[in-house]
Amino acid sequence: MNALTLVLLTPLLGALILGLIRPPPLAGWFNLGVSALSLAAALWLAWSVALVSDLPGDLGGPGAINGPIAGSLAGDIFGLPFRVDAFNVYLVVLTAFVALTTSVFSRPYMRYVLAIGRIGPRRLRTYHSMYQLFMFTMLVALTTDNLGVMWVAVEGATLATVLLVSLYRTPEAVEAAWKYFILCGVGIALALFGTVLTYFAAQQVISDPAAGLNWSTLYTEAGRLEPAVMRLAFVFLLVGYGTKVGLVPMHQWLPDAHSEGPTPMSAVLSGLLLNVALYAVVRLKMLVDGSLAHTDNPHLAGYLLMGFGLTSFLVAGLFLHRQRDIKRMFSYSSIEHMGLMTFGFGLGGPLATFGALLHMLVHSLTKSAIFVTVGHATHIAGTQAIEQIRGLIRTQPTVGWSLLIGVAAIAGFPPFGVFMSEFLLLTATMKTAPWFTLVLLSGLAVAFAGLFRHLHPMVYGTPPEGQQPVAANMIPVAVHLTLVLWLGLAIPAFLANWLDRATGLITGTRLL
Amino acid sequence: MDNYLTLPGWVLAVFQSCLYIALAPLLVGWVRKVKARLQNRRGAPLFQAYRDLYKLLAKEARVAHTASPLFRAAPYIVFTATWMAAATVPLLVVDLPTAAIADIIVLVGLLALARVFLALAGMDVGTAFGGMGASREMLIGALAEPAMLMAVFTLAMTAHSTNLSSVIDYHLVDGFVLRPSYLFALGGLILVAVAESGRIPIDNPTTHLELTMIHEAMLLEYSGRHLALMEWSAQIKLLLYGTLIANVFFPWGIGRGFGAAALGLGLAAVLAKLAALGAVLAVGETVLAKMRLFRAPEFLNLALLLSLLGLLSHVILEVGA
Amino acid sequence: MNLSLLPLLQQLVLVLAAIVLFLSFVLLAQNRLISAIHAFAWQGALVAAVTTVVAATGHIHHLYFSAALTLALKALLIPWMLHRLVRRLELERHTESLQSPTLVTMAAVALVIFSYWLVLPMIQEELTFTRNIVAISLAVVLIGLLMMVFRTQAVAQVLGFMSMENGLFLAAVSATGGMPLVVELGVAFDVLVAMVLFGVFFLQIRESIDSLDVDRLNRLRETGGDQ
Repeated sequence: MNALTLVLLTPLLGALILGLIRPPPLAGWFNLGVSALSLAAALWLAWSVALVSDLPGDLGGPGAINGPIAGSLAGDIFGLPFRVDAFNVYLVVLTAFVALTTSVFSRPYMRYVLAIGRIGPRRLRTYHSMYQLFMFTMLVALTTDNLGVMWVAVEGATLATVLLVSLYRTPEAVEAAWKYFILCGVGIALALFGTVLTYFAAQQVISDPAAGLNWSTLYTEAGRLEPAVMRLAFVFLLVGYGTKVGLVPMHQWLPDAHSEGPTPMSAVLSGLLLNVALYAVVRLKMLVDGSLAHTDNPHLAGYLLMGFGLTSFLVAGLFLHRQRDIKRMFSYSSIEHMGLMTFGFGLGGPLATFGALLHMLVHSLTKSAIFVTVGHATHIAGTQAIEQIRGLIRTQPTVGWSLLIGVAAIAGFPPFGVFMSEFLLLTATMKTAPWFTLVLLSGLAVAFAGLFRHLHPMVYGTPPEGQQPVAANMIPVAVHLTLVLWLGLAIPAFLANWLDRATGLITGTRLL
Repeated sequence: MDNYLTLPGWVLAVFQSCLYIALAPLLVGWVRKVKARLQNRRGAPLFQAYRDLYKLLAKEARVAHTASPLFRAAPYIVFTATWMAAATVPLLVVDLPTAAIADIIVLVGLLALARVFLALAGMDVGTAFGGMGASREMLIGALAEPAMLMAVFTLAMTAHSTNLSSVIDYHLVDGFVLRPSYLFALGGLILVAVAESGRIPIDNPTTHLELTMIHEAMLLEYSGRHLALMEWSAQIKLLLYGTLIANVFFPWGIGRGFGAAALGLGLAAVLAKLAALGAVLAVGETVLAKMRLFRAPEFLNLALLLSLLGLLSHVILEVGA
Repeated sequence: MNLSLLPLLQQLVLVLAAIVLFLSFVLLAQNRLISAIHAFAWQGALVAAVTTVVAATGHIHHLYFSAALTLALKALLIPWMLHRLVRRLELERHTESLQSPTLVTMAAVALVIFSYWLVLPMIQEELTFTRNIVAISLAVVLIGLLMMVFRTQAVAQVLGFMSMENGLFLAAVSATGGMPLVVELGVAFDVLVAMVLFGVFFLQIRESIDSLDVDRLNRLRETGGDQ
């Protein structure tokens, strides 16, 4: 558990110290250092989980039913139960990794923002402190075993980011932040109602009141939880956490918050926060599936996820076409991909779940790379309006090419990783629900067209007079896109095994 | 139930009805007295209301020459309807024959009848004030009646009977139970009572200010015994609402047999309860200011909402089947 | 369920819960901000009272603590903060009426019925007491939501949000005898931080649009292709 303590403590202490550090250049470097330390701790944690879950007698061969409680590390920190297994440690590592690369990008980016006077040093301090606090809340939400603490952490993530969205204090930014705050606040309040109902259901079967909110306890007792209560609870939980996932029609906050906040924030919101919310939904779906297993409609939770997922996927794909702000456009693309993942998790089955997990990874990597590139592009053009961003490839080839490659990757071109995961999801759909394949394919085509019709002039058009390149740090983009490319060409064995183990935890059946 | 229609029962019923007529001016006198005290005045004697009625009854009744026969008949009809309505509300004792032949809906119906004739009489002479008062009265009636019906139905649903006597009986048997629905119904009924009996903040019984008056505007053309009857029925209406609230929501002390002890206790209890209610009314009237007329619907909407919540909370919280 | 068979304290819980619901209606229809804040404070106090009664009936000691927490936070601290903000923003005399109060009130009544209908098939017969309170709490939550939709004034929206939280607390206390203490502390902390942030936002909104009418925050729209 030492690794976990380190994972959680690093960003928390980092946030506290960053709240005190005055000189901006130092804070940027310190932020980077804290993120690097977090990643190291996360890798250590992953390593210890890998050691535990490889114990003999645990996860058996392909097709074996695994207890999800086995193969996980449990422990208490300050009396709070934490539990780390293959599923959440995967997201912990991803979170820490994207946090690190984004902090690499954010250092020069925020210095530039400071230099042009959009923010003062005090707000920069808030920014850095909140950045780490946000990481802390996400990591707590991922690793905690207690559903109540998870709720508190997800709400905490909203609170930590809401000031960042309004960082620039323009009327638009304030409006976006207010929308974000109110909508997510309401959504998350509904999720708390769902949590209360879950706890109520648990109390009828679990004698220890303190353990009634522990996911692991609930999961072992899931079959005895009252189905009617759990059904209602799940609807509230799905609507609540779904608001944070950005599912249509609760997505209204997402494009605004992404477009008006600082770009590094957009990268982590899109790449990480949405994942965490989806993680919560999947965990809760596992509970509900257990509870509803013997009722008339055992896949209710799955159907709900499929419905919400598909709606988000299609609606966001259509909205891509009418965007005029580059960051808004990519946030709709995030909604689209989150919809696809939600659909995949709803479909259930090892193949779809594996695909969705992989998609989480490649989407996070690609989308944060894109937002980083977009950040540079907006600095080059001095605006976020798509119409005025022109000829990137001539002004600054690295940014232009990165945007082109990133969009190609996110649109699902082979040989990138997104293609792999989308292919897996399509195959799974073809197997279980063939009719939806057509819908998915047309949705992908619509989204593809939407992205490229805006992309082409931005990359190839004639640059306006006097457009100058900016100092850009393209290392994070290069790393991310290389990883995505690598994942598209060949998934390394350890990662496949890891994802497979997570799939085993979620569906009870392993794929490989 | 067999003892309903016995001779002593009928005698008592008639006695109780007469008691309504006799006590009504006293309650008004009491409210005025308390109000005067609260305003640091000495106020008129407690029995002034009787003297006023006596004075009016002794005077000659003048009728406008544009008035139709309806104008002359209205005071009698209004008075009788109000009196009959009052007779159905147990004052001293439950299980009277009047209770067996009339329930809450009849009560509401009789009050509506009285209101209609009051309004018709107001319009009959054709003066501007009469018509204005009548239209205002009907506005308030239209809003207050559903609220009252809803509040009363809440009671009826709890007791499984629309008969007031059975409702009271049910509560006496049940003992002290905290019912959220009753709280709301009580609130709703108090607001309705205030509105219907023309007290502050809906109407001010002591002024004849043209722009604000409601009840008084309809009576402007009356004089002598006609006016006395109209005033008297208004007083009976106040007593009726007071008794309804006092005996249904706080039924303790009401007589359950026809013995002298039960009757005496019942009388003492109801007098005490009415005195308390009258004092509360007086305090309320002192503290509050009269509302502008167009805010009256808001006030009555609140009554309606309270009654509705009463009904809902009865269904949701108390039955829960 | 026969009400007269319940212990008096449980009857008291029902009565208090019903008044909490009534206060939600008052909040919804209240035109004056200061009065709305007072109504909210009373609602918080009632939730604290429910918590105390539940603690007394069930001999759940940690509930006394959470009752004190609710009282301090919901009935005193947050109303005080809102009061101060309203005074600072010079909104004491601010009144704002709903577009069609009757319709909104009727919608709220419909929500009460809806939440009962939602909860009705959920819980077995022997738990009717709990079920009924859950229905009331859900109604309070949904009416808070309704308030956030129909109120355009930022402070009123925050009141709606906070009254939603009151509904949640009511549900947690009455249905489950309170969440584990850590969770309750965490939730209370989040609510407090949210309140502080709301205060910051009032000032920011005021600065950017010179008003707290959130309807005027409408720069970010889905722009059509032809615009």
